[in-house]
Amino acid sequence: MTMIEVRGLRKTYGSTVAVDRVDLEVAEGEVLGVLGPNGAGKSTTVECIAGLTSPDAGTVRVAGLDPIADRDAARRLVGVQLQEAGLQAKLTVREALRLFASFHEHPRDGIELAERLGLGERLDHRYAALSGGQKQRIAIALSLVGRPRVALLDELSTGLDPESRRQVWDLVEEIRHDGTTIVLVTHLMEEAHRLCDRLALIDRGQVAAVDTPAGLIGRSAAPTVMTFDPVRPVSVEALARLDGVADVSERGGRVQVVGTDDAVLLVLDHLGRSGVRPTRLRVSETSLDDAYLALVTSSEEETA
Amino acid sequence: MTAPTTPATTPRRGQGRPALALVATEARLLLREPGTLFWIIAFPAALLTVLFLIPSFREADADLGGLRVVDLYLPVAVILSALTAGVQTMPATLATYREQGVLKRIATTPARPWQLLAAQWVVHGVAVLAGSVLAVVLGVTAFGIDVPGSPAAYLLVLVLALLAMLSLGGVIAGVAPSTRIAATISTILYFPLMFTAGVWLPVQVMPGLLGTIVEATPLGAAARGLDAAAAGDWPDTQHLLVLVVWTVGLAALSARYFRWK
Repeated sequence: MTMIEVRGLRKTYGSTVAVDRVDLEVAEGEVLGVLGPNGAGKSTTVECIAGLTSPDAGTVRVAGLDPIADRDAARRLVGVQLQEAGLQAKLTVREALRLFASFHEHPRDGIELAERLGLGERLDHRYAALSGGQKQRIAIALSLVGRPRVALLDELSTGLDPESRRQVWDLVEEIRHDGTTIVLVTHLMEEAHRLCDRLALIDRGQVAAVDTPAGLIGRSAAPTVMTFDPVRPVSVEALARLDGVADVSERGGRVQVVGTDDAVLLVLDHLGRSGVRPTRLRVSETSLDDAYLALVTSSEEETA
Repeated sequence: MTAPTTPATTPRRGQGRPALALVATEARLLLREPGTLFWIIAFPAALLTVLFLIPSFREADADLGGLRVVDLYLPVAVILSALTAGVQTMPATLATYREQGVLKRIATTPARPWQLLAAQWVVHGVAVLAGSVLAVVLGVTAFGIDVPGSPAAYLLVLVLALLAMLSLGGVIAGVAPSTRIAATISTILYFPLMFTAGVWLPVQVMPGLLGTIVEATPLGAAARGLDAAAAGDWPDTQHLLVLVVWTVGLAALSARYFRWK
């Protein structure tokens, strides 16, 4: 079942086109990561799904509801964590959790949620006295306190230290396990890789690619990295001439070859025929970072 | 699909009543603002006390129809409380809430940003009424001021003046793009409004055209209305009408300009 459906979404601010003809579909229980450079239209897309911004054109449906026309019904289903949303300065963490829980029919235990996010010691602190990372975590807690069926999380782990990030990721994995549909805007490829079923790459207001993390990496022209220590010197030039090899480098006697999956076999074949045994051979995917950068760059070249 | 439709842990109290929860929260937050509480709740009584300590102000004056200056200042003190709440603290709070994204966050929930505006009206309104009751009780018991002759009319005029000031504050919060500009507008409006309330010169002794103009302003009309109610008369229809028109007009503008972004 499709939980979130975005069709032909367009939103302009003055003469700036924030998003144009964006189509997205998120199945129930799926985690969709939204990647893209700053100002690409990620937050605008999320705000349209949340019903905070009305699109200039196109349709948005969340569980079949129009988030603006069916505001109340949609708000009961959706939990939203935004950038640049604050709280009353003198409200304590405990009071904020109680207040936001009161907006919902069947809220979670907010205190337990705060403790899960490492805010247990801060329950009676006022919002203004919290650090940036603590404000970020209370924002996440408030977005989830109503047991949303859909969670929209905009830059979930920005400003969090590694430990808090793990706590947040564990929590997201838990609600995902419970069947919550999640849209996660992120700049962190590690986060995208770990949490998301699929990734949508938004660039300059348009969807440049939608795929699984592995699929996105696979779209790269050179998705594989192999490294090895040859038992005796090997000609870098000869390796670079093999089909599908994009790049060969050697540092401290260790050779790195980047290329297609088939190139790996050709390199091994070449080494075998030359009688050079590769030791400490490692074959892995190029990182999602590399794939992301390659895709953003190629979409820039297409439109240039 | 295993999304829980029933709670796995015990639900907490107060479910599904955003408006009431917001009022309770805003009331608690107002209690954490000693400065605001002083100006709205304690100041009318404090002002009256200071005036009472000036000997000439407690002597009946034939020019004032046999009243004392301190008698004239009870309505003024009460109106000042409504003015401070409506034009200073309430719009400052709302502008801050918008600037800091509080209204935006509320907009993401089943609660609505205007419910926060309404909660602000309620808590400021209650604080003004508390300050007014305090001033009247002190004036009557300690300073020998007569109990308002027509309490119902007194309350009606006070509530209308309060609503007019809260609506004006709503307009300020709505049109001001930032907290600084909201504060500037509030300050610019504050002093003329104090004048029309009769802070420096009681409205009923303002001469000729000046008096006519001031009686067409919400606080000028409120001052005259409270004087009449204090003396046991029903306020002039003209004064009530002025107050109602201002209140309705400003409330409509405040609804028109209220925005959470």
